[in-house]
Amino acid sequence: MTVLDAQQLIDKLGHDLGAFLDKRNITEPLLVGVRTGGVWIAEQMQSILKSKEELGVLDITFYRDDFSRAGIQPTVKPSHLPLNITDRHIVLIDDVLYTGRTVRAALNEIFDYGRPASVSLAILVERNGRELPVQADVVGTRLSLDAAQHVQLSGPHPIVLEIVD
Amino acid sequence: MRHFLDIGRLNCKELTHILDTAKSFTSVEGQTVKKVPLLRGKTIVNLFFEPSTRTRTTFELAAKRLSADVLNISVATSATVKGESLLDTLFSLEAMNTDIFIVRHPESGAAEFIAKHVAPHISIINAGDGRHAHPTQALLDAFTIREHHQDFSKLNIAIVGDILHSRVARSQIEALNILGTREIRVIAPRTLLPANIEQLGVQVFQDCTQGLRDVDVIIMLRLQKERMQGAFIPSEHEYFQLYGLTPERLALANPEAIVMHPGPINRGVEISSEVADGPQSVILQQVKYGIAVRMAILSIAISTGERGVDHET
Repeated sequence: MTVLDAQQLIDKLGHDLGAFLDKRNITEPLLVGVRTGGVWIAEQMQSILKSKEELGVLDITFYRDDFSRAGIQPTVKPSHLPLNITDRHIVLIDDVLYTGRTVRAALNEIFDYGRPASVSLAILVERNGRELPVQADVVGTRLSLDAAQHVQLSGPHPIVLEIVD
Repeated sequence: MRHFLDIGRLNCKELTHILDTAKSFTSVEGQTVKKVPLLRGKTIVNLFFEPSTRTRTTFELAAKRLSADVLNISVATSATVKGESLLDTLFSLEAMNTDIFIVRHPESGAAEFIAKHVAPHISIINAGDGRHAHPTQALLDAFTIREHHQDFSKLNIAIVGDILHSRVARSQIEALNILGTREIRVIAPRTLLPANIEQLGVQVFQDCTQGLRDVDVIIMLRLQKERMQGAFIPSEHEYFQLYGLTPERLALANPEAIVMHPGPINRGVEISSEVADGPQSVILQQVKYGIAVRMAILSIAISTGERGVDHET
């Protein structure tokens, strides 16, 4: 088991996300975290970027492609996005990008709320193992791991990031 | 939970899981596209042997908001549960590769009978059978109560009216007991109370003034005139005089009390218009929450069925 310096990665992600948004001339992004870990990271991004916008929260359980295998988890909670996301620039935020299936589900859910101007993807830990054509725009770090290893996030105070074998 | 036939087979944890899942579905109606793809490609049959507006349409909307396809079948004739014709209907619906039958039937036990005879891949949801049970109504009532008063162990809940003919009351009493309600009261004339009602764990009142004092929730029941043959009450007018919910009677309850009714309401028979349309009435919220609760039940039934976890609740 390896412990990563989560705070350092969060700071780097926040810094790079700020630069990314500046370059794209996006001044009022709508930050959207994927429950649960993504919401913690999104809260951190909100404070680093000094965004006063309310955070969006997505619970993608109802959009998963393995629902009939996994069933409904007892912890599923309502999603919360602002009433009107049409023409907004959305930054989708999650803790780990692995197969890409979560991002696929999140994109589907976002489009059921409206038609955003753009969606960017900010990820704390991007790892190998993609099963869908999905890539992050901004990352805290990129790791190359064995299939048996996984990245585990706990939090939110403090956020702890571990690689578990 | 492959079949959902009555409340009594659930424990508090399972019941709470359904209510929590329903809560998560409440955000769907805020979406521009009021749908989630959870049950895409599933076929759900509304099999109604008795007329219904609210229950049938909210089940239909629940299924559609989960992206399932819905067949609505109304069997107007009073087919009994024994006949071969009923089973033949079921077998042909099964042959169409359907996944869930939502069954409403005038005979008690009909949903269970059907559950015993359908193919193993089909789930049966009881949408009301005779005087026996109406479990989804009881759950949406529990959900509505929980949206207003979090802790059942602090609540006094009164169910008022035609308990005798009411499958809703029976399921409500079961659900409220499982959820740990402090006190459940039933208020009705003797003629509209089933024998041995006390054994269900309720306090019985025949006097409205005593029964409504300090309650947190008042559930009014519809006077089921279509099920009454003979004189259960002297007249509707007198029933309203003795049991109708008026602003004066509502004032006996806790000031925060909510007023519920499974609908359709008989204005001026069991409830006055002032109360039904007043600020303490949550009757229309019940209808709205009915969709989320039914979405929860449908999706839990499908996910259990597909994973082969079948403990027949």
